[in-house]
Amino acid sequence: MKPRVATVWLGGCSGCHMSFLDMDERLIELADKIELVYSPIADVKQFPMNVDVALVEGAVSNNENEELAHLIRRNAKFVLSFGDCATTGNVTAMRNQFSPDEIIHRAYVELAEADPTIPSEFMTIAKLLPQAKPLHEVIPVDGFLHGCPPTPDQIWFAVSELLAGRTPVLPNAYLRYG
Amino acid sequence: MTLEDLNELAEKELERQKNFKNRLLYCSAAGCVSCGSNATRDAFKKSLKEKGLDKEVEVLGTGCMGLCGEGPLVKVGSDDTLYQRVDENAAARIVDEHLLNANKVAENLINPDDPFFASQMKIVLENCGKINAESIEEYIAAGGYQALAKALTEMSQDEVIDEVRKSGLRGRGGAGYPTGLKWGIVRKAKGDQKYVICNADEGDPGAFMDRSVLEGDPHRILEGMALAGYAVGASQGYIYVRAEYPMAIERLKLAIKHAERLGLLGNRIFESQFNFRIDLRIGAGAFVCGEETALIRSIEGRRGRPRPRPPYPSEKGLFGAPTLLNNVETYANIAPIINRGSAWFASIGTPKSTGTKVFALAGKIKNTGLIEVPMGIPLRKIIFDIGGGTPEGTEFKAAQTGGPSGGCIPNDHLDIPVDYESLATVGSIMGSGGMIVMDSESRMVDVAKYFMEFCADESCGKCVPCRVGTKHIYLLLDKISNGKATQDDIALLEELCVMVKETSLCGLGQSAPNPVLSTLRFFRHEYEELLKPALHFEQSEKSR
Amino acid sequence: MAILTLTINGEHVSGKDDESLLDIARQHDVHIPTLCHLDGLSDVGACRLCLVEVEGQSKLFPACTTKPQEGMVIRTDTERLKKYRRTIIELLASEGNHQCAVCVVNNHCELQNLAYDVDLQYVRFPYLYPKKELDATHEDFVIDRNRCVLCTRCVRVCHEVEGAHTWDIAGRGIDCTIIADMNQPWGTSASCTSCGKCVRVCPTGALFEKGQTVAEMEKQRDFLKYIVHARQKREWVAEQIEEE
Repeated sequence: MKPRVATVWLGGCSGCHMSFLDMDERLIELADKIELVYSPIADVKQFPMNVDVALVEGAVSNNENEELAHLIRRNAKFVLSFGDCATTGNVTAMRNQFSPDEIIHRAYVELAEADPTIPSEFMTIAKLLPQAKPLHEVIPVDGFLHGCPPTPDQIWFAVSELLAGRTPVLPNAYLRYG
Repeated sequence: MTLEDLNELAEKELERQKNFKNRLLYCSAAGCVSCGSNATRDAFKKSLKEKGLDKEVEVLGTGCMGLCGEGPLVKVGSDDTLYQRVDENAAARIVDEHLLNANKVAENLINPDDPFFASQMKIVLENCGKINAESIEEYIAAGGYQALAKALTEMSQDEVIDEVRKSGLRGRGGAGYPTGLKWGIVRKAKGDQKYVICNADEGDPGAFMDRSVLEGDPHRILEGMALAGYAVGASQGYIYVRAEYPMAIERLKLAIKHAERLGLLGNRIFESQFNFRIDLRIGAGAFVCGEETALIRSIEGRRGRPRPRPPYPSEKGLFGAPTLLNNVETYANIAPIINRGSAWFASIGTPKSTGTKVFALAGKIKNTGLIEVPMGIPLRKIIFDIGGGTPEGTEFKAAQTGGPSGGCIPNDHLDIPVDYESLATVGSIMGSGGMIVMDSESRMVDVAKYFMEFCADESCGKCVPCRVGTKHIYLLLDKISNGKATQDDIALLEELCVMVKETSLCGLGQSAPNPVLSTLRFFRHEYEELLKPALHFEQSEKSR
Repeated sequence: MAILTLTINGEHVSGKDDESLLDIARQHDVHIPTLCHLDGLSDVGACRLCLVEVEGQSKLFPACTTKPQEGMVIRTDTERLKKYRRTIIELLASEGNHQCAVCVVNNHCELQNLAYDVDLQYVRFPYLYPKKELDATHEDFVIDRNRCVLCTRCVRVCHEVEGAHTWDIAGRGIDCTIIADMNQPWGTSASCTSCGKCVRVCPTGALFEKGQTVAEMEKQRDFLKYIVHARQKREWVAEQIEEE
């Protein structure tokens, strides 16, 4: 059976996923080797059971992220912090200097071009946590992939190692923030 | 001023005291003042006037009498009767019954045979509670400035240093560096100008030894500093005293003024070639300014931040000149050593830790207050004989010495002798003399957290391990105390503590983790009981 | 001045007695990470990255402020020192708001390089996300205190080299912050000469020139050596120093 791989998009810009797609033709090779069971680019609503590897992009920023993070930890054998937001909080955590109320007001009232309204609880937006946090502050994480975004080479290296059954120990040359 | 003048002054003062049939001494140190000893004084004066005794009985304020938890304290001079909790009514009764009818007021009486007094030995505090702290004449009548006269007229600089060295006196600020050795280094250091500094920036929570000495016997410090100035060749001294001690500052100012007026400070003291002046510098409330290099920078008018040593202040100190820096209690020991000789001093205490040590007893203990004991006394004796043990219904758990820089000593080490080396073997330090007692109701994680919050707040912010490390230690302790931590957090806490201890720039950071490490050593189970149940992820074990 | 012999990481080396251990180590190509140290400024021993082990001493010594002694045996690269250095970088990373991705000195940052140097995979301590002030009132420069590591290079260069003493430190502990004059907007500072030395010595993107965007700014810090040399020796020899 092929390894079951999931990629997850929490509080981030999806740049890490873009970089994942930038692996170009290597994706074809990868497609033969894995079963992609959950991803922003796959139409799956529920994070599945028995996942072998989960690449998690983004910081844990709202209650939906938080719940999903715990679910990922329960269902996935290996969780990889995927990119700087998951590893350090990065740009997502820049909002931590302000309270959630200030941020919501800024986004939905001050910057609204028309009809400034704070979404009510009946509308389905997730509730902001007091602070956006790197993934490892919320759940135990098994590995880290740095960069904003990580380069396709870094991702390829990490995924290849994982598929070969090894915990990816990234060489220092791959260590880069920003 | 000559020795003859000094003796004449002493006799005159003793004559003056004989004019009174009795003396009522009330404690005018900060502790008793805060519980109303000024009102007690006024009540005495009013009552004496009513009975027509105001010409026969002198009422005077003294330094700390020791049993601070039972203040205001009052002593009747004629028979040394000590009274506790003397409010205005009790004051009137003492005049009525004790002074007029020679009946002691049983209600407020303190038993003189109480082990609190019997087990103590007073050198540093010998004048505290006996003389008027604001009168230089009383200090002189009690033998004050005799040591300075002796040194200036009979002893060479090296003889003074030799005497201090042979006494075995070690720095009372906490580290216990041999005082004579330090003096010798400053004496030998090259420089036309040298300085003597008294560190009176007592900052440990729960510590008030230095304050009590400054408030109760300020001339003792001036005399000790002048002796030090003579020995090392300095002509200027500074007392760095914290602004939180307004009464100590007032009494020091007064003492300096009186000493200058009598020529005991100034030029050609005792008609010798020795000139010495002392000025006060008031600290603005930073704990780190008790660290010697930060203190020196603060006196220079700069931001109080420590710098790496060497060079040590004894070579390059205040304004770049060789500087002798000692603690209040260290200076308080100098005059007795010169007066009574090093052999006498060295015979007290243990061979390596000579003399006595003043402790401020606080926390969960019956007798809160100021005590002075010979070095090497078993801790048990301090806690149970002098301190009277913990309050009813609780059990002794540990004693914290050295404040936020020290460690706790648990029940099974109660028989440890209180000296520099022995305390170090159990991971604590002598420190400056704070002793906080904890009973079975104290939570040790919270104790560690309290001290760490203090250190994080008082860090000057210069070096990274202390500035950020203490903050994270505090956050980890907070997490543990709130039941949100795991075993991993304890491991991280321990690792960070060792790192901050070994890498911080000055003593503040290097010793800040001590309370955590020491409570982890003796009360680890209290940390572990607070952990949340481990999360059972398949991966969680190997993943971290 | 005397020439002394000492041992660094098992190699016998020689150095002058008025140099620091850091100077001597660098002359012999021994790499010791530093942050608060900068050639041309006084040393304060504050970042603690350059701590080294000295045989026979239980204490660790900052190489930048420690003078050599004859026969000293020094280790600069033990596992203990490496672990402590990594922890220091973790502490620094958690203390500020360092978002490399949007920083003007991304890829040219000393803190970033130190993180690579100590192989910092992630920070074990919670990020503190402090609320720090950004001051863009100066005509040419900006100070973003979110990126400040409190190395005090700016304070020292302004006081020691420029002689203006515009910068100083306010607050204490974790609340320490760099301030201009009497804690006022930089643009209103009467003492600032707008020389820009502080901007160039700053190891991170805390001080930067206006008009530059992400990853555009590369700081040249060699100028300090030339200035200090010119002051002390009364000659301008930038090129020769370069060749040395």
